[in-house]
Amino acid sequence: MSTLITILSWACLTVGSLFCLVGAAGLLRMPDFYTRMHAASLIETAGAGFIILGLLLQTGFTLIAAKLLMIGLLILFAGPTASHALARAALLQGLKPITVPGGDQPSKP
Amino acid sequence: MLSAAVIALLATIALALCRATLGPTVFDRLQSANTIGTTAMLLLALFGFLNGRPEFLDLALVYGLLNVVGVIAVLKYFRRGNLGEAE
Repeated sequence: MSTLITILSWACLTVGSLFCLVGAAGLLRMPDFYTRMHAASLIETAGAGFIILGLLLQTGFTLIAAKLLMIGLLILFAGPTASHALARAALLQGLKPITVPGGDQPSKP
Repeated sequence: MLSAAVIALLATIALALCRATLGPTVFDRLQSANTIGTTAMLLLALFGFLNGRPEFLDLALVYGLLNVVGVIAVLKYFRRGNLGEAE
């Protein structure tokens, strides 16, 4: 039973770190700020979620698991709010998202 | 296995640093700062598990809170040019 849990936690950790790497690669390769934000949010939701799940499997029902859940909740709540504030500030500052030439115009903020 | 995750997270921070230096607009730099903060939180948690010290999880929590407050403060400064006059 315990080897199963170890294998599961290792799998979660691997998937989480892969998501982080993919998100960071997207952060570099995306053409525009708003698309980069899409890639960066991948790190905060999927990457952090799987890594914390992997760590949770290794603990059990202890205080450490509670602290890990707190960290997971913090990332889930604080990440999107920071991204929202960032995108709104960028939009109000006049950073236009790139649109396909001839595509529909983005709606007014 | 934890060290493999640590190495992957260090690579993530390196890529985010590249975006921070390359980023044309200031918001790209802020976005990469936010990503580095979240990744540093995960790194702290992983190091807590690697060295068998559960106190690192509290550090990660505090670091995450400070990171969000920092990003919001810098955003407010960019939108209004100052952080609010002293009355």
